[in-house]
Amino acid sequence: MGPRKKRILMVCAILAGISIAGIFILTAFEKNLMYFYSPTEIINGDAPKTRSFRIGGLVVTNSVIRNTNDLKVSFILTDTMNEIKVIYEGILPDLFREGQGIVANGKLQSDNIFVADQVLAKHDENYMPPEVAEALEAAGAEIPYKKNKYPK
Amino acid sequence: MYKWIHQFGSPKYFYDISVRLSKWIAIVCAISFIGGLYGGLVLAPADYQQGDSFRIIYLHVPAAWMSLFVYLVIAFSGAVSLIWHIKITDIIARASAPIGASFTFLALVTGAIWGKPMWGTYWVWDARLTSELILLFLYLGYIALQSAFSDKRIAARAGAILVLIGVINIPIIHYSVEWWSTLHQGPTISKLDKPSIHLTMLIPLLLMVLAFKTFYITTLLIRARSEILEYEYNSSWVKKYVIK
Repeated sequence: MGPRKKRILMVCAILAGISIAGIFILTAFEKNLMYFYSPTEIINGDAPKTRSFRIGGLVVTNSVIRNTNDLKVSFILTDTMNEIKVIYEGILPDLFREGQGIVANGKLQSDNIFVADQVLAKHDENYMPPEVAEALEAAGAEIPYKKNKYPK
Repeated sequence: MYKWIHQFGSPKYFYDISVRLSKWIAIVCAISFIGGLYGGLVLAPADYQQGDSFRIIYLHVPAAWMSLFVYLVIAFSGAVSLIWHIKITDIIARASAPIGASFTFLALVTGAIWGKPMWGTYWVWDARLTSELILLFLYLGYIALQSAFSDKRIAARAGAILVLIGVINIPIIHYSVEWWSTLHQGPTISKLDKPSIHLTMLIPLLLMVLAFKTFYITTLLIRARSEILEYEYNSSWVKKYVIK
């Protein structure tokens, strides 16, 4: 075997070794790489019970209840199969609205109510002018941000 | 074919052709940059969800794509350099690294600026953002390694091994939004499906992608030329060139 072939083998060996190591590591950390849990996973008891974690889902239409005298707000998150009630006190991001996907960080109470200390809005990969979105809605098409994208 | 590769691999030939090429590529860059910015900031309509804030996409997406592309160029040059010991690939890799690091930095900063109004936070430790940050560290590590050795051949070899090990991060960055639940949304354009962005918004974006790519090539050629002069300072053609 010539030196060049040896070097080709060496490069291939580096790439193969790294890929295999990468696959093992990523499989091992699979759960930790999940940025959030879905309501179904929480109902099934997969989410941590003692420490804080993140929940992701769609805000159920007509479920948002705001207190009139402070910043307390409660809403229901769904992944279209299961629902979790979330309570939060603070300022919500601009994109927060009913039908929108959001991610909330906080703890689960024993009564399966999620107490959030941070709420982040998740937007999707669709970009279009407002007129197109209106036309789509008028034509009876589902508006992308209401699409049932959860759980992922 | 082999003759052509051999010729292209010779620093002098690369130097001469890059002098002739870089002007034209710079012109393409300037035109597509002006066209892309005008199209993106003026002609394209506001987004139905994000309003005008979405326009930062015209910097963020091209920068993020280039951060991956430049890394792949360095990794490919590294592999070629390890196997065939071609000097010009060392020069291309070394000259590319700071440009790629800048693109990565730009992608992270524009992403943070975009994230605050839309998500409600500058930064989260989700898989996409974290793997992109690791990419920045890989670039910085590579750059540091290059200046750690006084012998450029050893530096190139050590750097090539580092980037080849780090290349595993590239598919992780690309597929992170599909493999795991992330705050970052999924791909808009780089998928098998048709792009989920309106044509009036897509065309300026593609122009900006062209602008970033040609900007990279232009700066790469300029940086590579000065690297070549440094490498070849002893050879007769460099002396002739400098005296002229």
